[in-house]
Amino acid sequence: MNAPNKSGWKPEMVVSEDGMHNGPATTTGNRALMLEEPLLFEIGHPETTGVDLPELDPSAPNRLGGLARNDAIGLVGLTEPETVRHYTRLSRQNYGIDLGFFPLGSCTMKHNPRLNEKMARLPGFADIHPMAPQQSVQGALEVIHQLGEWLCKLTGMPAVAMSPKAGAHGELCGILAIRAAHEARGDAREVVLVPESAHGTNPATAAFANYRVEDIPATPEGRVDVAALKARLGPDVAAVMITNPNTCGLFEKDFREIADAVHAAGGYVYCDGANFNAIVGRVRPGDLGVDAMHINLHKTFSTPHGGGGPGSGPVVLSEALAPFAPLPFVRKSEIGEFELVEEESREETRGQTFGRMTAFHGQMGMFTRALTYMLSHGADGLKQVAEDAVLNANYILRSLEDVLHAPFAASGPCMHEALFGDKDFAEGLTTLDLAKGLIDEGYHPMTVYFPLVVHGAMLVEPTETESKATIDQFITAMRSLAERARAGDQTLKEAPYYAPRRRLDETAAARKPKLAYEADRNA
Amino acid sequence: MRYLPLTDTDRADMLAKIGAASIDDLFVDVPAVAQLDGPIRDLPMHASEMAVERHMKKLAAKNMVAGEVPFFLGAGAYRHHVPASVDTIIQRGEFLTAYTPYQPEIAQGTLQVLFEFQTQVARLYGCAVANASLYDGSTACWEAVAMATRVTKRKRAVLSGALHPHYAQVVKTMAHFTGDDIADAQPAIQTEPDHEGLIARIDDETACVVVQYPDILGRISDLTPVAEAAHAKGALLVVVNTEPVALGAIRSPGEMGADIVVGEGQSLGVGLQFGGPYLGLFAVRDPKHVRQMPGRLCGETVDAEGKRGFVLTLSTREQHIRREKATSNICTNSGLCALAFSVHMTLLGEKGLRELAAENHRLACLAADRLTKIPGVKLLNDAFFNEFTLMLDGRPAREVVRDLASRGVLGGVSLGRLYPGVEALQQALLVAVTETTTEDDIEEFAAKLEVLVKEAA
Repeated sequence: MNAPNKSGWKPEMVVSEDGMHNGPATTTGNRALMLEEPLLFEIGHPETTGVDLPELDPSAPNRLGGLARNDAIGLVGLTEPETVRHYTRLSRQNYGIDLGFFPLGSCTMKHNPRLNEKMARLPGFADIHPMAPQQSVQGALEVIHQLGEWLCKLTGMPAVAMSPKAGAHGELCGILAIRAAHEARGDAREVVLVPESAHGTNPATAAFANYRVEDIPATPEGRVDVAALKARLGPDVAAVMITNPNTCGLFEKDFREIADAVHAAGGYVYCDGANFNAIVGRVRPGDLGVDAMHINLHKTFSTPHGGGGPGSGPVVLSEALAPFAPLPFVRKSEIGEFELVEEESREETRGQTFGRMTAFHGQMGMFTRALTYMLSHGADGLKQVAEDAVLNANYILRSLEDVLHAPFAASGPCMHEALFGDKDFAEGLTTLDLAKGLIDEGYHPMTVYFPLVVHGAMLVEPTETESKATIDQFITAMRSLAERARAGDQTLKEAPYYAPRRRLDETAAARKPKLAYEADRNA
Repeated sequence: MRYLPLTDTDRADMLAKIGAASIDDLFVDVPAVAQLDGPIRDLPMHASEMAVERHMKKLAAKNMVAGEVPFFLGAGAYRHHVPASVDTIIQRGEFLTAYTPYQPEIAQGTLQVLFEFQTQVARLYGCAVANASLYDGSTACWEAVAMATRVTKRKRAVLSGALHPHYAQVVKTMAHFTGDDIADAQPAIQTEPDHEGLIARIDDETACVVVQYPDILGRISDLTPVAEAAHAKGALLVVVNTEPVALGAIRSPGEMGADIVVGEGQSLGVGLQFGGPYLGLFAVRDPKHVRQMPGRLCGETVDAEGKRGFVLTLSTREQHIRREKATSNICTNSGLCALAFSVHMTLLGEKGLRELAAENHRLACLAADRLTKIPGVKLLNDAFFNEFTLMLDGRPAREVVRDLASRGVLGGVSLGRLYPGVEALQQALLVAVTETTTEDDIEEFAAKLEVLVKEAA
């Protein structure tokens, strides 16, 4: 009945017929070190504050043009100790990479060196204004320039646009550059081809930029169907968006052939570089015929994800697309001064820039972190990063392929992530059940139900910062869960048992959305 | 290498288990043309923590730090004091190193924070619902225009002349590709925003009117007439706010009839950071518009035992479900910046935010009075919060700002830099004052500005 954990010890927990824990209830909801935390609006008060500011003086002169806000805003405050405790307690209901193994495929969760954090907080980077006179921010402009040079050299590409604020924003940048390039030669094209093995943001991006999106199937081996792609090329195709390594965890070995065919048909090749960490320092995408590729600094170069962001998505560009790069950009003068080119009318933009994507110059705080990480690793370390990430992923693939369906195990080595499916599970048990069971074993689940080409997909990405001991322990837990799922252990359907919450009702949340706290307003 | 735990023995054992002779066997699918024979040339080899720190500190030292000199820059990014506990909390590993809360059972910390954040933003803006953040104010502004075109099924957006020009440029860049029609204008040099001119441009094809509040010149005015005029033509009113602290002192956009309120949240908790990462805020006044909103939303629900919990919801609008039918390609939000904003707002509370806003306004009034005592310096706007426009006689403000910097004062943003082609704005200097500004700072700024203005005359 009880789930065996990784040591084989069976917990003495009793699960009642209705799936609830037995045992004495607490009056607080707390269970020893596992603490419940009410909502801010249930514990805060409008008159409470955690900062010392001058008291309001109603007789003070004001020039607010008669628009003073007199009604209650509806905010509440906590004192400083209450604030620290509220958020510290909440933090303990979260799983992060600092707590343990986080094998979320396609998302790349690796160690976040605290040196990066320390460098980003140097006042010379953290406390400077985006519109400060340029002579007063030469060091910041130099960071952007240096990082751009690293990205160009690592990818073998001639130009880079630094301002996109996330991976998907970078995709948009690349697609807009492609549209601008077609427009500049008076060649309106309407279609973007996106293989099934690409990231979900790719078709969304193309559609957002007003292109018609057409799918290209994957082969049974999990790669782009080259024949189908070539057959679809024509004068209406603006670009092909390929993720490489792809979301099946495989290298698109025919990439160069695809790129040549696309170029011959007058189109451009967009490469989703979210998986660059599998090849960084070892393979340069520029050598494969890429025209535009975004690089998720928050993945490959270890800037932390912060519960969903911020990210950063610089885009490397080929010679053909470079003139269309967005504003602003940094250039280095002949005497070594750095200049931010902000104006469309400037000669340097060659009059072809597609415009501005964001108010300022991109994610400076991410740039300092990424550059710190690159300098720490160097060219030799980054090559080792790719090799260890790929080694760890293949080790997991080969260690689990006998107990988990591995649809592309025969397609060759995987890159930095291993893909499994739930085909061999007993009736009624799914990938979701295994994932929730993994929570009870102390791991964050892998990516589930993505990519769509595999039934009940499980995409496992270990990254290079995990030790062999961690990976061996994870493999043991996965084998145990896979065996239970194959044997039909229905207790998995109720997992997780030990998390701060049992399974949450997502359907109810969507049916009648409750998106803000209202109780105090209705009272 | 200090971040890589595998030993050579581990690597050999693992390759043996895989059945590979060497690591190269795992890269067989990479064509030879793209295989490098060694580490990329022209890049340095790995370096110690100490060496990297030295390099980065050297670069940081080349910048003039805002907190070390009299500082008066704004124009969409403001320097406020961030309480020490904000950074302590956001550096907790469980917040800092977590991913998007795809497994809600072990992400309740992030999810509850987002729910509280959404509530705070909605109330600040006078709206029903806010999302869980976007990249920054400028991209949120475009998303608002895009949403208005979806809601109204019209393709024309009318931009106020006093919308931050970078925001207007982002909207125009995007609209060029989506085929939406954008009408915009330059700000007129006058004490109040030109609402009549704006209203005159609203027609039956208009999806939305976009106004900034306070606007790029620091002016504030009642938006109710614009809202009424827009609604009368079936258009939505989008209000952009780049200084959330202002809303502790002045009426909310929602109360004045805004349908979508967007803005930059950087002022609370996030810090200047040379322009990013920042925090895009996005809210709607009418709950029926929720399903057209871009970005992430966190909603309340219950778990299998009936306990309250939180999940990301309504994601059918997002990229990972409907692919080419998605109304947005957004994948990342600004989760950690949203946390910083929310912690700062919690420390302030209603009382603290109102006091903070009052202190900003008090010092701004003081600065406006002092600076306009200088011969040849005039104040443009009658009404402002913490930012106002000065008109300088003589030299272009852009040169004055440069010369002030070389004298150790960061003295505002010249409108000439924001509007390079517009002659009428070259003499205008946008000055921002916050609670971090001291009376000594104002005095030093005034003394040095006076010298530069006199030189020009």
